Parts: sequence; structure tokens; C-alpha cells
Amino acid sequence: MAVVFEKPHALTDVDLHYCPGCTHGIIHRLVAEVIDEMGIEGDTIGVCPVGCSVMAYDYFNCDMIEAAHGRAPAVATGVKRSLPEKFVFTYQGDGDVAAIGTAETVHAASRGENIVIVFVNNTTYGMTGGQMAPTTLPKQVTQTTPFGRDTAVNGFPIRVVEMLATLSGTALAARVAVDTVPHVKEAKKMIRKAFENQKNKTGFSVVEVLSTCPTNWGLSPVDSLTRLQEEMIPYYPLGIYKDVNVRTVREVNA
Amino acid sequence: MEKMLMKGNEALAEAAIRAGCKCFFGYPITPQTEVAAYLSRQLPKNGGVFLQAESEVAAINMVYGAAAAGVRTMTSSSSPGISLKAEGISYLCGADLPCVIINVQRGGPGLGGIQPSQADYWQATKALGHGDSRVFVYAPNSVQEMVNLVVIAFDKADEYRVPAMILADGLLGQMMEPVSFPEISANKTEKPWATDGHGNNRPHNIANSLYLKPDVLENSIWERDSRYKQMEMTETMADYYCCDDAEIVVAAYGASSRICKSAVKAARDQGIKAGLFRPVTLFPFPKNELKTACRNAKKVLTVEMSTGQMVEDVKLALECKIPVEFYGRTGGIIPTPDEVLAEIKKLNENKGE
Repeated sequence: MAVVFEKPHALTDVDLHYCPGCTHGIIHRLVAEVIDEMGIEGDTIGVCPVGCSVMAYDYFNCDMIEAAHGRAPAVATGVKRSLPEKFVFTYQGDGDVAAIGTAETVHAASRGENIVIVFVNNTTYGMTGGQMAPTTLPKQVTQTTPFGRDTAVNGFPIRVVEMLATLSGTALAARVAVDTVPHVKEAKKMIRKAFENQKNKTGFSVVEVLSTCPTNWGLSPVDSLTRLQEEMIPYYPLGIYKDVNVRTVREVNA
Repeated sequence: MEKMLMKGNEALAEAAIRAGCKCFFGYPITPQTEVAAYLSRQLPKNGGVFLQAESEVAAINMVYGAAAAGVRTMTSSSSPGISLKAEGISYLCGADLPCVIINVQRGGPGLGGIQPSQADYWQATKALGHGDSRVFVYAPNSVQEMVNLVVIAFDKADEYRVPAMILADGLLGQMMEPVSFPEISANKTEKPWATDGHGNNRPHNIANSLYLKPDVLENSIWERDSRYKQMEMTETMADYYCCDDAEIVVAAYGASSRICKSAVKAARDQGIKAGLFRPVTLFPFPKNELKTACRNAKKVLTVEMSTGQMVEDVKLALECKIPVEFYGRTGGIIPTPDEVLAEIKKLNENKGE
């Protein structure tokens, strides 16, 4: 019988620990499918973060490194500079990329480090029980903003890919979501583009994936997807913010 | 072998290249500046990578990545910068990744000063990072030894999968001495654990320090501890000067050992049976070597450029069977031979007590 659907080879058989309804599983799968399709599993080194995806080293079949909180882009730099012909990606959450690891993220981009960052934004610290993240929306209730994020006290959420798109070293900065089938397909396309950039030595690629956290949001999986659509996407618009392979709007107008 | 006149920091950097260091990651700080400056010129010429990181924290994590990838890698800093690297060093220990870390010590705490110091002994030997983690600590006392110990540090780090530190200081880093570079045979340590891409011909490797099950974590810690015990059995290094009949043994390492040697010579000229014991490895600490050096000692004087840190290890090694005194200057002040000689004389007068 013809096989029409199967688990990507780049994923191991270890059971994922993610909560029901969490979209990490989809994003893992997309990364694994891209690795399979490009036939690069044996040449890929993944770096996972501290946060919900801390144990991703058990889930991906390629060689994996567990980094300290926020340091994945620096660790990936060390690997890539040692092994420039190999593929190196990091898989990180919002606290990792945009709070404790902001410096590592920004400078990896500024150097045009030829790596891929898959950045999962679910507007909260999932692993530690739902505290305020750098991407927590204004008025969003979390464990450490029990009355809602007050921007007068906690400041404003960081739009990561918009910020990284301003840096000359960035080749690709895009935001995708995994709430609908068309969005999932677009997300995969963007992750593929990021890995292709690395293959072509184009530079630093970051793909931000809007994701859900039903457990810490206190919502059902379906309601979580609705929140992603109604609250997150308006604040974090989807799209490509920088792609060195195509001329930007500004360049076309100039 | 041809001798060259070189600055300690530059000789150390050249030795690292010859020892096969392929990647250097660092962040500027005085007084280790010449290490990075030299490598930025010379490492790329020798097929290596020099990268100035955005912080000490990033630099040590780049080292972590390169070490996981299986290449010889090094970072260099000075006291305040080493504190910043502490997190990464603990992760390197936890993931059993070899690397070399240079600390050209300056005065502390905090920003302290930029003059030579030995005040990071405790940090280096006891708690360079959190958890049950240790690193090799080598203490050179000459430019030539900066060279020799860097080569040993790379080899031993690979052999034991334990990071190695060169604990130098601003004096050794800045001074110039004749130095020769020994022929170095390429180290052949296999690294089957490296996360360098499995090439579809082995199961995936994982570099990791996370073990959520306490029994698994405990087992991994005891396994690593057994390597530390092995280091204590076989990897200690020490140097002796006039210890055979010495009644007053001065214990000192690094820069202060040079001053103490002058003081011991002067004491001998005055008929005092003084000797110098110099630990070369600070971890593992050469306990048995110290006992041997002190077999005829009535008193021991530990001299450090700190308020007294190694002195505790000296007391422990001697099991308090011989009185151990301390003399130190700190904050970037280097003790003079006359000061040390005065202490030796004082102990000699009271050696019967």
C-alpha cells in the first residue's frame, strides 16, 4: 500500500511532553519536514533553549545541543563557525529570544550569522507556569501580571522580527502562525526559505511563529486559536519584514 | 630550540594556535588584551576563527558550541569577565565539553583594579560555576610556562572532557621573557560524542546538562566526580626549590612564587634553611607533593596576592600537623622579596614554638 502520510524521519519516536492543544508539535513537525525534504538531517545541528522546548534535543533526530537560557544564538554561532558547511538552527521561545537572550539574538543577526532561528512566540513563559514574557500583550493576565500587563509598569511588548529586520545582517525576518491550514503551509514555506538561505550562505534568518499556550492562557485549544487570531495577529501582523532575495517595498519605490 | 622574546599574553596565544586551537571567542578586558589582539591577527592565518563576541556571556557560549562541535576552542578574560562566564563554564562542565579558559587575574571584587592579583583562587578552584563542577586549574609562573601549560591544558581537557583554566595574572601576562615553542604533535583524542552532524551513519549525539530525573542526574555527577578523583591521583604538578632540608617552606604559585624564590635565596644566603614549594596545578591540588616538600619543615609560610585563599588548601593538605602562616598583599600590590624575607626570618626565629 502506498504511504500517504508518515512521521518525518527527522523526528524521533520519543513522545512529546507538550500540553494538549499546544502548537509546538506542529512547529517541530514543520522543521523536521523541511530537514527531510532538503535531505540534510545528517548535516544538521539543532540548538534548543530553556523553556517549553527545552527537551527538543530528544525529539529531533539530527545532532542536538542544549543551550543555557537565551544563549542558543551564541552556541549556534560557535557551532557554525566551527563547521561552516553544516546546517545550524536554534529553536527558541519568547523569553529566550527577546528577554534573557536579546543581546545574543540581536548580535547574531547583526553579524549576519548564517544560521536559522525558529522563534516560537506564545506571549508567555510556558515552562515555568505562565509568567509575563517580553511579548505578553498589554492587559494580558499572567501569573506575574495578575491584573493584566500594565504598560506603565511593565512597558510594551517587543516586536522581534520588525526589530531584527532593521539590521543589515538579517537576510530573512518573517512572522507566520500555525492557527489554520493555510497559515501552517505558509509557515513551512518560510522555514524552508530560512534553511535555503543558510544553504546559499545568504545570512541570518529568523522565522517567528505565533503559537498557543492553552494551559497557561486558561483557554481550550480551540479558544486559544481564536485568541491567536483576534488578539495576537493584530499586534503581531504576519508577513515578511525583510527578505534579501526580493526587493523591499522601500527599494521598489526608490 | 630557538628562543624568542615575547610578552606572556602573546606567547600564550601563540601556544594555543600551535596546540591546535581552531576557534577563539572573547570580549575585550584589561589585562588580557594582547591574547585577543594576537589571535585576531594570527589565528585566521592558521585556518582558525577569531570572533569578538558581544559579551563575555556570549563568548563562553560560543566556546560551548565550538566545543560541542568537537574543535579545540578557547576564551580569554580577566577576573570580572570570568565571573560573567561562570554560567557557561558550569554548562560546559555539565555537558562534559573540553575547552581552555584563560584568566589573566586583576584585582577585585567588582571592577577592582587592573593591576596583577591572585584573588580568584577560590573562584577558580572551588566554584567556577554552580553545581558539583570543577575544572583543571594551571598556574604558570613564567612566560615559558604560559606556553607549556596551554598545550597541556588542551590535551588534558580533551582527555578528561573537563574544561581547563590557565590562572595567570597581569604580571605574567604583561612581562617579556625569552621563550621557545616545543614541537607539538597533533592531539589525536577521538571525539565520538561531538555534535558535528551524524552523517546518517550513527545515532544522533546530544550535548546536554539537563537531567530531570534525580537518580539519573546523580549518576552522571558521580561519574564526573570519578574523573575529578582520577585527576587528583594522576594529574597534579608541582615544583620544588631547596625543599630537601628546608625548615621554613614557603608555598606560593604564579607570580608571587617568583618573588618568594628571591626571598628564599636571600634567606639561604643568611643561613636560614628555607625552601619554596610551588603548586603548578591548583586543581587538582598537589597535596602529596606538598607533604613531601614539608617533610623537614617546622613552619610553612603561604604567600599570595590576596587576603589568603590557597592557604586553606595548604592547611588541609598538611592536616594541621605543621603550623601554616600567611603573608599577602592584594588589590594589585605585589609583595617585595624583602617583605617575604622578613616573614621568613620571623618564622625562623620562632620555629621551635
